[in-house]
Amino acid sequence: MKQLVIDFAKCNAGRDCAHECEMECAVRVFKVDDPAQAALQIKAYEEGGGHAILCDQCGDCVVVCPTEALKRNKLGVVMIDKHLCVGCYMCIGFCEKNAFMRNSDWITPHKCTSCGICVKVCPHGALSIVEVPEPAPRII
Amino acid sequence: MSQLVFDPSKVMPIDYTKRTEYLDGLEAFKAGRRVLKEIAYTPSLPDKGYNNRTLYVNVDSLEITEKPVTQQMKDVFIGGRGFGLYHLWNAVKPTTRWNDPENEIIISPGPVCGMTQYAGTGKSLVVSLSPQTDIPIDSNVGGFFGPLLKFSGFDALELQGKADRDVILFIDGVKGIIRVEEAPAGPVDSHVLGELLTHLYAENEADLPNVSVVTSGAAAEHSLIGMLNFSFYDRRRGCVRFKQAGRGGIGTVFRNKHIRALVVRGPKVAGDLNHPADPETIAKTGVKYHKEIREQDPHQCMMRRNGTAHIVEIMNAYDLLPVHNFQFGSHPDTHKIDSSYWQQRCTQATVDGCWYGCSMACAKGADGVVLKTGPYQGHMVTVDGPEYENAAGLGSNCGVFDPDALLELNFYCDTYGICTITYGTLTAFVMECYQRGILNLERTGGLDLTWGNFAADLEMMHQMARGEGFGKIAGMGVKKMKEHFIRNGWGDPQLINDIGMENKGLEYSQYMSKESLAQQGGYALTNKGPQHDEAWLIFMDMVNKQLPTFEAKAEALYYFPLFRTWFGLNGFCKLPWNDVVPADNSSQPEPQKVPEHVQNYVDLFTATTGIQITKEDLIMQSARVYNFQRVFNIRMGKGLRLHDAAPYRSLGPVTREEYESRAERYDKQIIDELGLDPAGKSTEEKMALHRTWRTGRFSKLMDSVYTRRGWTLDGVPTLARLQELGLDAFPEVVAVVKQHL
Repeated sequence: MKQLVIDFAKCNAGRDCAHECEMECAVRVFKVDDPAQAALQIKAYEEGGGHAILCDQCGDCVVVCPTEALKRNKLGVVMIDKHLCVGCYMCIGFCEKNAFMRNSDWITPHKCTSCGICVKVCPHGALSIVEVPEPAPRII
Repeated sequence: MSQLVFDPSKVMPIDYTKRTEYLDGLEAFKAGRRVLKEIAYTPSLPDKGYNNRTLYVNVDSLEITEKPVTQQMKDVFIGGRGFGLYHLWNAVKPTTRWNDPENEIIISPGPVCGMTQYAGTGKSLVVSLSPQTDIPIDSNVGGFFGPLLKFSGFDALELQGKADRDVILFIDGVKGIIRVEEAPAGPVDSHVLGELLTHLYAENEADLPNVSVVTSGAAAEHSLIGMLNFSFYDRRRGCVRFKQAGRGGIGTVFRNKHIRALVVRGPKVAGDLNHPADPETIAKTGVKYHKEIREQDPHQCMMRRNGTAHIVEIMNAYDLLPVHNFQFGSHPDTHKIDSSYWQQRCTQATVDGCWYGCSMACAKGADGVVLKTGPYQGHMVTVDGPEYENAAGLGSNCGVFDPDALLELNFYCDTYGICTITYGTLTAFVMECYQRGILNLERTGGLDLTWGNFAADLEMMHQMARGEGFGKIAGMGVKKMKEHFIRNGWGDPQLINDIGMENKGLEYSQYMSKESLAQQGGYALTNKGPQHDEAWLIFMDMVNKQLPTFEAKAEALYYFPLFRTWFGLNGFCKLPWNDVVPADNSSQPEPQKVPEHVQNYVDLFTATTGIQITKEDLIMQSARVYNFQRVFNIRMGKGLRLHDAAPYRSLGPVTREEYESRAERYDKQIIDELGLDPAGKSTEEKMALHRTWRTGRFSKLMDSVYTRRGWTLDGVPTLARLQELGLDAFPEVVAVVKQHL
C-alpha cells in the first residue's frame, strides 16, 4: 500500500522552511488557505527535532467505521466516502496517531490519502511515498 | 479476581454473513397488502433537537393527525419517557386497562436522540399501560426506529385504538406519506417479519439502513409478557438485527391492538440532522469520549468485546449472580456462560452498536447458531447478545449452564416477542415451584421443569408461542401464577409469595438484592416495578460500602433514579455513563456519579437544544417527570406504600438451604446487628430473627426514601413537592394527590 513517510534526518520540523508541505496540502487538497487544516502536521519540539502527525494507512479507522464509509482503494490507501459518512468521528477517536482530523466547517472528517502533493514541495526532500505491505485488520 | 485478557486467536471462526434467509414470501406479502388509509404530510428535520410536532394514529378509526409540541411539554416533560407519560395521561382514565382501545403505545425519541457523535444516543422510549402492572410502563430501546421517526418529522408517535385485523403502519419520511395497510396472513415472529418488511419498504439495497421496523411475535399474543423488537440494519453482517423494548408487556398491547408492524423509512442519516445549537461542542465531546473508550475500555469493562455479559463472572465472584430463582449467588458451572466464553463465541471482527457513533458497541451478536428445536429447527440465525440479563436470567437463575441452550432460549424469546428478563425470572419461579412440589408433572402437563432442564424450558416457551398448555399459564407472569397456584391449593401461600420475585406485577431483573438494603429499595421503590435501570446500587452499597447509613442510602435512592430517568427523557443509553470511566475518575469528588460524564451530558443537552442547564437542573428535569409518573400510578389505583412491598426472597433467606449457604454471614449479622448469640439456635429460629430484622429495616428505608423524595410516609408526593417542581400547574395532578393527603 502507498504510505507517506517523513525522514527527520532531512526535515528540521519547520525551522528552516515555511511549512510548504502543510500549506500545499491545505490549499490544493482542501482548498483552504490555512495550514492548520492540512492532513499532515509538522510539530517542532522545544528541545530540538520534531514529529509529524500523518496517516500511515494502518486501517484501524476502517475497522471501527459503522457505515463502511472508510475503505481501502486499489492502492491500499484508506479513503472516505462522504456520502456514506454519518459524522460520528469514531475514526478520529480511535486513531492512535491522531491523524484523522476535523474542523468546524465540515461535518465529515478528513485525513491524508498518500496523494503525494506535499512530497513535491518539500524543499529538503524529506517526504516520500513508499510502498509497504498492507497490515491485517485488527480487532479493536 | 483478575482482569480477563482478550485473545483474538481464540475467537471462533464463524462466518458472520451466513444465515437462513426469509425473503421467499416477499412478493406475495407485498401483493397481499391492502391500503386502508393514506395521507400525505410534509417531512421535516428537527431544529435544536425538536420537530415540535407529534404524530397520532388510531389503528381502529384510522384517524391520523399531527399534534403540536407545546412549550410547556418541552419545559416540563422534555421528551422521550416524559412525552410518553404526558400523552398517556391524556389518553386514559383511571378505569382504563391495558386492553382497552384508549390505552396507547407511545414511542418518543427525545431531543438528543439521533446525535451521531456520542455513544448511546439512538434510544427511544416506549410507554403504555402495562398488562402486568396496570400502571404505566416505560422501556428504553435502541435500534434505528426512534432516530428515523424523528428525522421523518415527529417527536413522538402515539398509537391508539384496536384494529379488527392485523395492520402495518408505514411512515415514509422521505416522500411524506403515512399509510395504514391491512397486513396479509404471514409471519408474525420478529426475525422473519423484520427481514421481510425491511426489504419490502427499502427502495433499494443502499436504502436498507434507512428503514427500521417495530415488531413483536407469536408469544406476545398468548402471554402478558410481550415485548417489542426495534430493528437496525447491520451492513457488515448483511442482516436485520433488533434491540428490545422488553419490560412490562408492551408487545402484548401491540398485538392486542392487532398491530403487526410499524415501519419507518427515514432520510439518509448525516451528522447534523438534529440541527443542534452548538455542533462544535458536540463534536469535541464526542471525540473525547471515543478516545476514552479506546484507551480505557480494554482495561475496564471490555464492553466492546463482551457487551454487558462481562459482569457474569463479577456477579458470581461477589456471590451476587442469581442462581436457582435468586436462592444462591454463585455456581461452580458459571464459567461455562461467563464472558471468557462469550468473547470467543460472539463475532468480534465487525462493528456492533445499535446506533451510529456508539463506540461502546455492546450490541454483541452470536452468529452461525443452528436451532435445535421449535418451528425454526435447523435454521441458521444470528442471536443478539447474550446480554448479562439473558445469561443470568435464562441461564444461572434457571440452572441452565449450557451456552448453546442459552443462545436458543435467547433467540426464541426475541423472535417470539417476549422479554428475556421476565421469562428468565418467571421460569426460575416455576422451576423452584417444581422443586418444592408446588408444581409437578401433572400440573405442568408433562413438562419436567427441574433446574437446568432446558429442553422442557424451551418447550414451555414454544407452548407460550402456540398459546397452549402450561406455557400459557406461565405467560401470565409471576404475580398471576402465584394467585393461580394459591387458588388451586398447590402450596403454602406464604412460601409461594416469598419466592415469587415480582413487585407491582413486574418480575425482578437479574441481581441478588438480599444482601444489599439499598438495592432492595432500588428495586421495590421504583415507579414501574423492579428494574435495574432506576437504581443499580448493589456494588456501591454491598461491595464498596459507600452507603453506610439509612440517610446515605436514601440519598442514593433519591439521586440515582432521577439521574437515570434523565437518559430516558433525552434519548440516551445509560451504559456509556458508567460502564467506562475517565482514567482519573476515582480521584474526583463523588466518583460514583462519574462527574466528568455528568458534565458531558449537561454539555450535550445544552449544545443540542440551546437551553443552558446545570447538573442540578438535570436532576430537576427528571424530578418533574418522575413525580408525575408516581402520581400517574396513584391515579391508576396503585403507587402507594403497599404497592412498593417487596417479596421476602429479595430481602433475605426464605429457605433453610439459602440460610445455610451463607450461614457465616448470617450468623455474624445476628451478633453484630441484633446483638444476639446464634449459638444453640436452630436454623429456623435464626431465619425468623433475620426476617424480623430485615423487614423492619426495609420499612425504615422506605420511610427515609419517601421523606427524601418529598413524599408522605404512604408514598404520596406532597403538595409542597409538586409546587417545587411546578406540577401544581396541572390541576388534575393536584386533584389525584389531594385524595391521599
